[in-house]
Amino acid sequence: MPKITIDDKEFEVEAGQTVLQVCLDKGLFVPHYCYHPKLSIAGNCRMCLVEIEGRPKLEISCNTPVAEGMKVRTKSQAVVDAQKSVLEFILVNHPLDCPICDQAGECKLQDYYFQYSSVPSRFKEEKVHKPKAKPLGERVMLDDERCILCSRCVRFCDEVAGDAELCIDNRGDHSTVSTFNGQPMKNAYSINTVDICPVGALTSTDFRFNKRVWFLQKTKSVCTGCSTGCNITMDHEGGVVYRYRPRDNEAVNQCWMCDEGRVTYKYINDDRILSPLVRKEGGLERTTWENAWNQVRMLLQNYSPDQRAALLSAQLSNEDLAAWHSLVTTQWTGAAQYGTGKVVESPSEDTLLRRADKNPNSYTTRALGLKPLDLGKCKLLFVVGEASETDLHTIATKKPEVVVVISSNSSTKFEFADVVLPLATFAEQDGTFTNYQGRVQRFHKAIAPRGEAKAAWNIASHISLLEGGKIPDTARDCFDLLAKSVPAYKSLRWDELGDEGKLVD
Amino acid sequence: MEPILTKRFAVSNAATIDGYMATGGYSTLSKLFTMTPAQVIDEVKASGLRGRGGAGFPAGVKWGFVPKTTGKPIYLCVNADEGEPGTFKDRELMTKDPHALLEGIIITCYALESHTAYIYIRGEMFQELQILQRAIDEAYAKGFLGNKVAGHDFKLDVYMHRGAGAYICGEETALIESLEGKKGQPRIKPPFPAVVGVFGCPTVVNNVETLMAVPYIIEKGAAEYAKIGVGKSTGTKLFSVSGHINKPGNYEIPLGLPFSEFLEKQCGGVWKGRKLKAVIMGGSSVPILTAEEAMKVNLDYESLGAAGTMLGSGGMVIMDDQTCMVTALKILGDFYHHESCGQCTPCREGTGWIQKVLARVVRGEVRPGDCDLLLSVATNMQGRTICVFSDALAMPVKSYIQKFRHEFEDAGKLGLRKGQQIQTWE
Repeated sequence: MPKITIDDKEFEVEAGQTVLQVCLDKGLFVPHYCYHPKLSIAGNCRMCLVEIEGRPKLEISCNTPVAEGMKVRTKSQAVVDAQKSVLEFILVNHPLDCPICDQAGECKLQDYYFQYSSVPSRFKEEKVHKPKAKPLGERVMLDDERCILCSRCVRFCDEVAGDAELCIDNRGDHSTVSTFNGQPMKNAYSINTVDICPVGALTSTDFRFNKRVWFLQKTKSVCTGCSTGCNITMDHEGGVVYRYRPRDNEAVNQCWMCDEGRVTYKYINDDRILSPLVRKEGGLERTTWENAWNQVRMLLQNYSPDQRAALLSAQLSNEDLAAWHSLVTTQWTGAAQYGTGKVVESPSEDTLLRRADKNPNSYTTRALGLKPLDLGKCKLLFVVGEASETDLHTIATKKPEVVVVISSNSSTKFEFADVVLPLATFAEQDGTFTNYQGRVQRFHKAIAPRGEAKAAWNIASHISLLEGGKIPDTARDCFDLLAKSVPAYKSLRWDELGDEGKLVD
Repeated sequence: MEPILTKRFAVSNAATIDGYMATGGYSTLSKLFTMTPAQVIDEVKASGLRGRGGAGFPAGVKWGFVPKTTGKPIYLCVNADEGEPGTFKDRELMTKDPHALLEGIIITCYALESHTAYIYIRGEMFQELQILQRAIDEAYAKGFLGNKVAGHDFKLDVYMHRGAGAYICGEETALIESLEGKKGQPRIKPPFPAVVGVFGCPTVVNNVETLMAVPYIIEKGAAEYAKIGVGKSTGTKLFSVSGHINKPGNYEIPLGLPFSEFLEKQCGGVWKGRKLKAVIMGGSSVPILTAEEAMKVNLDYESLGAAGTMLGSGGMVIMDDQTCMVTALKILGDFYHHESCGQCTPCREGTGWIQKVLARVVRGEVRPGDCDLLLSVATNMQGRTICVFSDALAMPVKSYIQKFRHEFEDAGKLGLRKGQQIQTWE
């Protein structure tokens, strides 16, 4: 292993690494724009210039392989001057419209300028004017004047999304990011270009002008759009979720996520069931939890355990499933439990991230041995979480005597329900999902439950209590319940899951 | 001096294969096939022949970098994208002696063990394209190209490829990108083209003039070639002389000739009896020399280097004492701003910045500190980009301002307006 010296400190490094990789690994930050660890080297921004002893010129650290005995300086006067000058060049044609730019607050141009330059620009001529608010596709908007032409977006489409949809048209300071042949960008991962754009040139049509980013709170979570379980940062404020951004997890999603998953947050904000509902003459009416519990208690008195069944969705967390599984198998002797989940027509699927199973937790519904719905002798049915259209149709046509629906959104069809209980979304609770690989991943509570909604494990705990049982009433304890009852989860501990999750046995 | 590159310029039918062969053309091939490729490379190394496109890198050494055991094809790219302002030598060479280029290509490809050569020709040179294509067709018909070159067991195909009008495509890696059908932008190095070039294969890119010197070296031997010239600047070089000169045109001279002698004896001196003010020695991108400096230099790589400029492509522009240096530099600013590929930040933004300041100064709107600003911007552009395009504007900017600073500072006072050149500064 070669030894190199960076800023007077000696490091043993791996042959084949670049100077920039070593600097970043060792915590010696070198500013950079065009370099991205998952993309090919472009070497065009010239921000990562460093001084290498014995070389006549400054070198870009992103394309300089390490060599035995190499002496690198990242903070010498020549480097500092070069960084200042590159930043000054970048600002030559930059519109400096930070007050109305969505990127403000998370902009590498703002940040680096503040840190590495902070001097007024000497450019006093007319700037080049380029297209503003030019849609590159349905989901991505380009402000060409803000673009620093680092080509990250171009390389992303070519190298990661697998479709060279973007290109840089024209040349010199008239260069513009454009779609090839002017066709709209259609790849399923297009919003990642917004994430990797170091400035405000590419913005998401979904998020732009919705929120100043510094007001957003960030919570580590997991995308529920499919069984991949991409790690995300959930950005929210005041009980409203504004966007998902991918969070690094090399074993799951690297640093990407699909556009489809990206907009699945909307159901957290919209069309929510805010309180329990019970059927009166003329339809479902709002009621209190107290009334709802009384209603459920009555139902439990009317139907013996072997007449009860629970239909559990693969949209539910492990904790929800563990609590309901325990309720049905240990407390309701003879009751049935079935599995369901979201099923979409011709689901999207590819080899990068998107999977046809659009449920975040099918792995656990399978591990619990949940079978397809069969109403059989069931007279009292609990539908917990989002059910497939087919199952809803079956319930509507072969209606059991009483149906209790536990659901988060009023968009779900439940005209057959006798009692509706408001369900908290995953954003409103702590918990875990197990993705298709069997990786158990933590999500954290971001916002308070909307209205009077409760987590499904909490509802299970309450129902259990109505008959004197005791299903645990914290997510952590419900997880332990799962670890105790399902062999594959035996060695997993809530506190040891970390940010990147753990594989089941 | 016996002309090497221009020896057929006076032969009226030299561009045809009959005319070419009648004057000894393709005669080196019989000798070539008695040599091994390594011997050919050694011969060219020994000749001291340096790249005539501008960089002046020893051609034989460049050929020696090509790995031959990769199992991949090896390519030769002929850089006929002559675009350096002030340079028009390759154009005349290709027009008047196209077969000599082909002969040079055959020898070079044999040395490189390459079976495919691409001639990347500047898009504007349509006539030259036709002339070359006709020469290629004739060479195929006579068996000098194709499956058995001159009857020997050596296959060689030569293709023409037209550029689409970008100066930057004369940079060898941008040329390769363009040849591959991509946008012509220089590549980051390493890897160098000798290892990863056209279509990811080992590639040599040589200028037209470089290759046209090769047949002579094989025919007469390296020693004979190295006798011409001085020191490490061996052989002859074409200079394209333009500007305020009595006899503009291409001149083949032995390297090392004093500029003063060249100016007066061959080019007929500065026009209209005026005095010399400044000279661009090797194409628009090299630092300018004042008359005083120019009169002391010899026309070879080392002497020009010692004088703070470069031999470059040999595009020599003579400026008389009535030339406005502000306007002259502004013209270069326009050109380099227009031609920057836009990849690297300092070049993309710096060329535009400099052009805008110069345009303003030319309009007479001079602001205090303009000269220092231009010098500083040029310094910040230099040596910090993927290719040397950025330097190609920075060097003129710095040298023009350092050597003629009063003209820039006085531009406002003298009321320089758009479209108006100051007639005299004396």
